[in-house]
Amino acid sequence: MEKKLSVDHLLGIKDLTKEDIELIFSQADEFKEVLNRPIKKVPSLRDITVANLFFENSTRTRLSFELAEKRLSADVVNFSASTSSVKKGETLIDTVNNILAMKVDMVVMRHSAPGSCLFLSQHIDAAIVNAGDGTHEHPTQALLDAYSIREKLGSVKGKKVVIVGDITHSRVAISNIYCLQKLGAQVMVCGPTTLIPRHIEKMGVIVEHNLIKALEWCDVANMLRIQLERQDVNVSYFPSLREYTMQYGLDKKTLDSLSKKIVVMHPGPINRGVEITSDVADSEQSIILDQVENGVAIRMAVIYLLAQRRRTAE
Amino acid sequence: MSNVTLIDNNYLGLIINRLCYQLIENHFPFDNCVLIGLQPRGVYFADKMVERLREISPKSKIHYGKVDPTFYRDDFRRSDKTLLAQPTEIPVDLEGKTVVLIDDVLYTGRTIRAGIAGLFEYGRPKSVELMVLIDRRLSRQLPVEPNYVGLSIDSYDNQKVKVMWKHEGATDDKVLLLTEKE
Repeated sequence: MEKKLSVDHLLGIKDLTKEDIELIFSQADEFKEVLNRPIKKVPSLRDITVANLFFENSTRTRLSFELAEKRLSADVVNFSASTSSVKKGETLIDTVNNILAMKVDMVVMRHSAPGSCLFLSQHIDAAIVNAGDGTHEHPTQALLDAYSIREKLGSVKGKKVVIVGDITHSRVAISNIYCLQKLGAQVMVCGPTTLIPRHIEKMGVIVEHNLIKALEWCDVANMLRIQLERQDVNVSYFPSLREYTMQYGLDKKTLDSLSKKIVVMHPGPINRGVEITSDVADSEQSIILDQVENGVAIRMAVIYLLAQRRRTAE
Repeated sequence: MSNVTLIDNNYLGLIINRLCYQLIENHFPFDNCVLIGLQPRGVYFADKMVERLREISPKSKIHYGKVDPTFYRDDFRRSDKTLLAQPTEIPVDLEGKTVVLIDDVLYTGRTIRAGIAGLFEYGRPKSVELMVLIDRRLSRQLPVEPNYVGLSIDSYDNQKVKVMWKHEGATDDKVLLLTEKE
C-alpha cells in the first residue's frame, strides 16, 4: 500500500494515526542524515514559500522551524506579533489573508488562543502547521520527544514515560500523551493536584503526586516548566516556587538514588534550579540537546510530507 | 496484460558475470572506484553485482554505497504519489574517485539525473559511470547514456519492465516485459 499522510494540516497529534507518526519518523531518519552531511541542504521545496507566524514568543521552536524550512530550500517569511500590525488591531484572519495574498503555500503558526490553527485551516487555502496554540497542542514537540525516546531506547512501545510539572497549562503534555499512547507507551503525569487537570485519567494516563514513586516507575521523565505566563494571576497554584522545587524539582541526588538509570527530557526553555537542576540538565542521562537536534529533522519531515499534499499548478 | 520474460535466473547470472569482468577490466584493483546503488530498486541489482564481484576478486577492497535520488527529483508535487526518502550511505570520500552508479532499469533518464545530483552533495568525483541491467533504448528524455548494459531492449510507452527478486517473494530472480492490451 502506498504510504502518505492522512491529513492536510498538522493541527494536533490527536488527528494523526500511528502510521502517520511512523511515516514522519522514517522520513526524519533520512533528514537527520542530511543534517550530518557536509552540505546540509536538499532542493525539494525550492518552489514553496512558508510563513512563520509567531503571535507568541519563541526561540527554539521558531529557529528550529526556520532552519528546517531553509534546509529544504523553501523561501521563508517571518512574522512576530510584537513588530506587526496586530498591535494596531488587525484580526488574525485579516493578517493571515494579507500574507497569503503574497502567495504563501504553508503557514507555521504559534498563537495564544487554543484552536486558532484549526480556525485558520478552515478559512485559508494553505497547509497549516501548529507550532503551539495556547494550552491545546504542540504537535511537533511531541513528535520530536517521541522520536528522541525511540532513538535513545530503540522504541517507544512498552516504555513508561512520566510527564512532571504543570500539566494543566501545558500544550506539550497533551500532545505528548496522545503521541506516546498512539505509539504504545504507558504515560503517567506527576505534579501537585492544582496543576493536574481533573479527570485527566480518562485519557488513559496514571496520576501520581509523589515524584520519587513516579521516577521509580518510569523509563523516561519529561520535566516541564511552570507556565507562569498562562496561569491565572489571581490563583495561587502552590505556596511558593521554592516549595514546588522541593517537592517536584529533579536534582542529581534524587536521580542517583533511583534503582535504575532513567532518561531525562525537557522541552525547554529550562528554568534551571526550579524543575531541574543544572547538574541534571547537563548529565549524561539528559537528552535535552538531542531533542533540539532531532527537532529540526522532525520539522523537515513534517513540512516535506505536508508540502507534497498540495499539488503544484499544472 | 501480456508478459514476456526478458531475463531468467540463468541468463541473469551470465549478465552479472560479464558485467563484473567488464568492471575488473576497467577498474581493478578498485582502489579509486566506488560502486553506488541507486535507491530504491537499483540497490537490489547492485547488491547482486557486489556480491559476485567480491567472489571473483576476493582480494580487492570494493567500496560500495547507496544514494537516494528522492530529494533531487523533478516531479516533486507533480504526481499524486508521495515521494519517500530512503537511506543514503556513502562509505568513502568521493573526491577524486570514479563512481559507478548502478540502477536496474534505464528509461527516461530522469532518475539518473536526480541520483547524480544527490551524489555530488558528497564531493566531486573524478568521473561517474553508469551501469544498468536493462536499457530501454530510444525512450530517453535527457541526454543520459549507460557505460555498462545488461540487456538493451526496444519498447513502447505502454510497456513496462518489471524486475522481480526472489527475496521480495518472486519464484526466481527475473525480468519481465509487461504489455498493456490496446
